[in-house]
Amino acid sequence: MSQQQKQPLSLLRFYLVVAVLCVLLALLVWRILSLQILDLERGYTFLQNQGDMRSVRTAEIPAYRGVILDRRGEPLALSTPVVSIWANPQLLKHSDRLAELAEALGIELSLLQDKLARYDSKQFMYLLRHQVPDHARDILDKRIKGVFGEREYRRFYPAGEVAAQLVGFTNVDGQGIAGLELTYNDWLKGTLGKKKYIKDLHGEVVRDIGVLEPAMPGKDLVLSIDLRLQYLQHRELQRAVSALDAASGTVVTLDSHTGEVLAMVNYPVYNPNGSKSGSPGSRRNRAMTDVYEPGSTMKSLTMVAALESGRYTPETMIDTSPGRIRVGPKVYPDPRNYGLISMTRVLQKSSQVGVTKIALDLGHEPVWDVFNRFGIGKAPGTGFPGESAGTLPNRARWYATEKVSLAFGYGISATPLQLASAYSVFANEGKRLPVSLLALEGETPEGKRIIAQETAAQLLGMLHAVTGEHGTARKARVLGYKVGGKTGTVHKVGPEGYEKHKYVALFAGIAPIDNPRFVTVVVINDPKGEVYGGGAVAAPVFSEIMSGTLRILGVPPSNIGSISEAGKSAAEGAT
Amino acid sequence: MGDYVRQLPHQGSHDMARRPSVVSRVHIDIPLLLLLLLLTFYGLVVLYSASGQSMAAVTRQGTYFALGYVVMLLAAQISLQRYARLAPWLYVLGLTALVAVVFVGVGAKGAQRWLEIGGFRFQPSEILKLVVPLVVAWFLAGRTLPPGLFSIGGSLVLLGLPAMLIVIQPDLGTSLLIAASGLFVLFMAGLRWRIIMLALALAAASAWPAWMYGLKDYQKQRILTMFDPDSDKLGAGWNIIQSKTAIGSGGWQGKGWLQSTQSRLDFLPESHTDFIIAVLAEEHGLQGIILLMGIYLLILLRGFWIGVHAQTNFGRMVAGSLTLTFFVYIFVNMGMVAGLLPVVGVPLPLVSAGGTSLITLLAGFGILMAISTESRNGAV
Repeated sequence: MSQQQKQPLSLLRFYLVVAVLCVLLALLVWRILSLQILDLERGYTFLQNQGDMRSVRTAEIPAYRGVILDRRGEPLALSTPVVSIWANPQLLKHSDRLAELAEALGIELSLLQDKLARYDSKQFMYLLRHQVPDHARDILDKRIKGVFGEREYRRFYPAGEVAAQLVGFTNVDGQGIAGLELTYNDWLKGTLGKKKYIKDLHGEVVRDIGVLEPAMPGKDLVLSIDLRLQYLQHRELQRAVSALDAASGTVVTLDSHTGEVLAMVNYPVYNPNGSKSGSPGSRRNRAMTDVYEPGSTMKSLTMVAALESGRYTPETMIDTSPGRIRVGPKVYPDPRNYGLISMTRVLQKSSQVGVTKIALDLGHEPVWDVFNRFGIGKAPGTGFPGESAGTLPNRARWYATEKVSLAFGYGISATPLQLASAYSVFANEGKRLPVSLLALEGETPEGKRIIAQETAAQLLGMLHAVTGEHGTARKARVLGYKVGGKTGTVHKVGPEGYEKHKYVALFAGIAPIDNPRFVTVVVINDPKGEVYGGGAVAAPVFSEIMSGTLRILGVPPSNIGSISEAGKSAAEGAT
Repeated sequence: MGDYVRQLPHQGSHDMARRPSVVSRVHIDIPLLLLLLLLTFYGLVVLYSASGQSMAAVTRQGTYFALGYVVMLLAAQISLQRYARLAPWLYVLGLTALVAVVFVGVGAKGAQRWLEIGGFRFQPSEILKLVVPLVVAWFLAGRTLPPGLFSIGGSLVLLGLPAMLIVIQPDLGTSLLIAASGLFVLFMAGLRWRIIMLALALAAASAWPAWMYGLKDYQKQRILTMFDPDSDKLGAGWNIIQSKTAIGSGGWQGKGWLQSTQSRLDFLPESHTDFIIAVLAEEHGLQGIILLMGIYLLILLRGFWIGVHAQTNFGRMVAGSLTLTFFVYIFVNMGMVAGLLPVVGVPLPLVSAGGTSLITLLAGFGILMAISTESRNGAV
């Protein structure tokens, strides 16, 4: 080493370098310290949060929706676990296994590609919802990047169309959006749980940290409906509406002793398990949402007003000659001149002249008051979506014709349920109970007396007479039982007032009349054909339904004698 | 001839009473070796976690380490005189290889940096990291010190040529490192302060033109991102935001080994290479960082100690330059991860996964050990 140790280098440089280096390292440590330990504005608390924000997620645990049951425990709506397949388009779009995925999903590859293109900028899209867990697992087990499964519940309606409008349905996310599913959504839906999990950059769940809040299953809902009666009514109504080529129909059956609705059917119907794509009219629970002019079915209430006045008894004679009566500009005719007849006969024959005379004698106030007490114009308060209150106008000035037509049920409106509720007063010794769509299970509310027990009894006798030998509702008779009821036939209201050749046929009936309990209202809307009256069209439906109802509910026959007479009944038009 | 004499003391008559130990016979600097092994072990532990518990990655890195230590031991056996003699030849060889890269090199990601010979790929620029300080030191050691203008000019040419060849690959980071390693030699050679000041003033003055005309857009972007990573969260700022989040999440204690979320859940890119310190910070917290910094500091101090005790100016300059280069690695990497410096692809020395740089570094420590051997023997 020739040039070695010429002039040794100054060591100062080394010490200087070491010093500078220590300063720089200290700067680094300070920097890291400030990120990790010092709680500055963007210090470690902020950064730890940031770290958690990236990876820690909470997810909802779906809650089991409560079951809807009929009063005997038959399921009307229940949820089963299903799995929905979804994808993150950002991960899936570059996948080379799209063809395989499309095949597993059972769709065309081009459809899948179209969908991916549509969701190109999104992070989430459903591929297939509500799959049977086994099928979903087959797809998920392929482990295609970007395809995920989500547990959900799907609603099934075992009774299908039979109770469809009453029960309603849920949307695809399990929220009730129609019928009782909507009314009692909060009760049924339960509480979503929450769980925490860690996900990675690609959204894959790395591990569950734990359940924050367990999912609380929804509570079950027991309806007052008896599914056996519901089936029966559905079948009979469908048959009648089809046979009469009617636009629609409704039947409601109430237990007058409790206020519970035992059956409530409408036609047309839709299938709640299907696409629910039926016409809007098929989804409506007409028994509660649609109002009709009750017509002659209100004459029994007018009779109540007459009896309450003290000036009338069922035997009071009224002269209906000469078979027609003029009020103001209008003339109300009877089909023929009934002559001098009793109050009972007036109701039995549904005599316009008789009722008009009573109405003119009473004035409209007592009649209006009775209608009001019976709940006409007041919503039943079931909370059912779209529940209608009907109308009972309280005018400042009444024209003479209005005073009279009120007495036979024109100029007011009511739902079939309201009508049934009104008639149940007669069957419940004059006490009115709130209507219930839920099973009360013995906890019957204390009813409110709105008419005297005696008045109710008198009305039962008169209503029974309507189904008697000379009554308008002979076709309502039920073999082996005594029944009572009142027919009604009204002109349909169209855009230009009453339509001349379109009718609504009604029948409100009670059975058995000697131990009154069940009230059924039948409404046939726009029957097309030669017969359209309540007695000809609605009464037979009542007969079929009540006969089945009494048999199913095990009510012992009371009127063995009438069985032989039953065959003799002959058809006749009615009003 | 001189190196022969140097070898003699072992068998010579200077001190027969003290038998040369095995250690001194294999020319090993024990403190440095222990520190390096400690760092190696720590690095492998962190790497296991950062690579997603991949034993394969650890094994691969371990193999590189084994190879690197062999290279280090071999490098330690060569005497300093031989390094001085070999330096110009190695330099010519290295330059030739760099020129070859320009014409027949293979590349990846838009850069042409590799030479492929018989299926074996290597990066000539790595070799120059060692050769440039050696050759500049060799050049200066033969002249009067502190260096005069001619010496300075010659040194600048020696370090400038490879730096330019590497810039066009393009690999600005490595080029700057290599230029710096040469400049460090100049500095250690006692470059006069007025010249240093002048150079710094010139550098400052050229900063604006360099920004305007010299730097490419992506390079400017990286510098701007450093000041405001939030301006481009999903693009250029992503790495830095994620790494800062990782560091901050660690706190004093850290989340525990294998418990980091940022890297394990793929939020932190390059978590096992350039950004591995963020994983360490998240999992082992500030205490882990301090441990690492402590090891690094001791290695640096040992490097300078060897430099201070070197018997020749050549050894002194080479030791100073190699140690400083090692420091630059540490500082640039940690500064980048902590958001102090722009993102440049510099691995954390001896911890980040990656074979080539690791072997070069260990070879450098081999040279340091050779210097250490020389000073020990000289002192005897």
